[in-house]
Amino acid sequence: MDATTNGQHPAVELTGVSKRFGDRSGTEVTAVDDVDLTIGDGEFYSLLGPSGCGKTTTLRMIAGLELPTAGSIRIHGEEMGLRPPNKRPVNTVFQSYALFPHMSVAKNVGFGLEMRRVPQSERKALIDWAIELVEMGSMAHRKPTQLSGGQQQRVALARALVNRPEVLLLDEPLGALDLKLRHQMQVELKNLQREVGITFVYVTHDQEEAVTMSDRIAVMHDGRLLQVDTPEAIYERPTTRFVADFIGKTNFLEATVAGADEVVLANGDRLRLPSEHASGSAVAVTVRPERLTVHRRGEAPADRHTVDGRVETVTYLGNAVVYGVGVDWMHLEVRCPATLAGDRRDVGDDVTVSFEPQHAAVVTG
Amino acid sequence: MAVDAPTRSPGDGPPVLEGTSEVATPGLEREAERAKARQGFLLGLPTIVYLLLFFVIPLGFVVAYSFATRTRSGRTELRDFNLDAYARLGDDIVMTVAWRSLWMAVVATLICLVLAYPLAYYISTRSPMVRNLMLVGVMIPFWSNFLIRTYAWRVLLDSDGLVTQAFEFIGLGDGRILFTSNAVILGLVYGYLPFMVLPLYAAIERIDWSLVEGARDLYASGWSAFRRVVWPLSRPGVIAGSILVFVPSFGAYVTPAILGGNKEGLLGSYIVLQFLSARNGPVGSAVSVVVLAVMLVATLVYFRSGGKNL
Repeated sequence: MDATTNGQHPAVELTGVSKRFGDRSGTEVTAVDDVDLTIGDGEFYSLLGPSGCGKTTTLRMIAGLELPTAGSIRIHGEEMGLRPPNKRPVNTVFQSYALFPHMSVAKNVGFGLEMRRVPQSERKALIDWAIELVEMGSMAHRKPTQLSGGQQQRVALARALVNRPEVLLLDEPLGALDLKLRHQMQVELKNLQREVGITFVYVTHDQEEAVTMSDRIAVMHDGRLLQVDTPEAIYERPTTRFVADFIGKTNFLEATVAGADEVVLANGDRLRLPSEHASGSAVAVTVRPERLTVHRRGEAPADRHTVDGRVETVTYLGNAVVYGVGVDWMHLEVRCPATLAGDRRDVGDDVTVSFEPQHAAVVTG
Repeated sequence: MAVDAPTRSPGDGPPVLEGTSEVATPGLEREAERAKARQGFLLGLPTIVYLLLFFVIPLGFVVAYSFATRTRSGRTELRDFNLDAYARLGDDIVMTVAWRSLWMAVVATLICLVLAYPLAYYISTRSPMVRNLMLVGVMIPFWSNFLIRTYAWRVLLDSDGLVTQAFEFIGLGDGRILFTSNAVILGLVYGYLPFMVLPLYAAIERIDWSLVEGARDLYASGWSAFRRVVWPLSRPGVIAGSILVFVPSFGAYVTPAILGGNKEGLLGSYIVLQFLSARNGPVGSAVSVVVLAVMLVATLVYFRSGGKNL
């Protein structure tokens, strides 16, 4: 593979891509709505969103399994147009794995090589390499039905990686695994991606999965891209209410923009928070529960933003304590590191909730 | 699980409590199971009796007749059991008839397969609504009698029949195929095509479409994806359909009689001939037994190849 030509172009580039499905009655559903995205070479890029947000359709369009209604898809600068999937330099790991039930593991893994007419002599070494890569060496002669879900998942991965695609597309590949195995596979997938250096485009609805593995996350909703950023930026600096809410738990404080770097909360408190929105637009200030602290009423340090309230619920989680605090105009969730019982606030206590300005973000929508 | 096994390894699962085996009474459990089995037998009894009377016993007669002795007057008598009838099976006439029947059944089966596969594929890729409508369509011919439909073909294929005239009109040469083996094959294909379509449909419909996408994604062209994924996975349907067409075609009687005019003898008509005209029960029975054996082997092949949806 010629590194210089690849270096000039992003691995995947979508420009104005839309996909509309029409049904018999003539109503059209827009699955993907005017999406622009650029995925860098060697990046672990996640498309994250709830089911029906268009992430899988986007992935399928890159694979060539769906054709876009409008827009352009380029892979390393090359326009894909109407190219069928077998002529695209990508491979897919399907949600259902789609392993061929009538072929052994080795046959499954070798299928792509066989179709590309890779000489038999080279094929064997590549198949062995891929099967070893996913640690399935002892299972090469088994049929997929004789494997567990996790093992099938590995075979699906090997079957795609053996072709050394320029881009690997993964459609919720861990969705069918149990929680423990999923955590283990997350780490393995990330290591694998570093090892092989292939661009991964990863579709998931699991925000934790996306945050742990990705270099960048694109959050999708209703067919649109809402925000593309590093996991940290997505978590700490969401730009829309949907993103803030979808990634982890958060609190929203209704507010109005009062100037370039000031918002007014619903209770009249002023906060110094920069935002790009016009004065007077309705926004919300979002603060993560773990960024909030509870103090006895009036004991909060002066350099922090404060809101007064009363403890309504206390939930002990072992490693943390979650307080539900009622402020007269809303309800806040505060997550504190667990303290001993004597040091805890009780239901009914008057408290002040505080946070640092840099931990708050202004969101719209 | 052996409760008293002294050498349990740690991987054997949870230990069984000592003495649990004394709580349940083993005899009662077995009795309950036996009662259940008895109940099932009683439910099946009427059908079992029916099949015994009208299928198993007559079949036994056929087998017995095939070893029986034919008297001078043409009566079959169950004495001096011998293999004379089977020796006759090597006769040229029997061999000719058998090979012709086999050839026709194979041709009819292949034509059905070639016609049915694309249709079954098409049906199974439609929406459920359209699918059901088309399946009903495939079965519509069954709503009228097989004999009547075969006679209808005779009218169509008559020298001044619609099909004959149409053939000649579009210049496909002499359309008079009635009373030829072509007419018989046409009739067999017409009669048994649904038996090919339905199992093929059942097999293709079950194929997970994402497997085809997987193959396409792994550089397979549309044709390769079909050849390497769809075709092998639809094999149970191909085998089931082929047997369902082959078996009745091999022993067909009505179609060759009406459309073939019995000019070229087939096994079905040969058996009838032996019983009614030649009055040779043993030979007729022996041919029947051999035909049954061939069909049995075909069916066994199907089950051995892992097919289920017969």
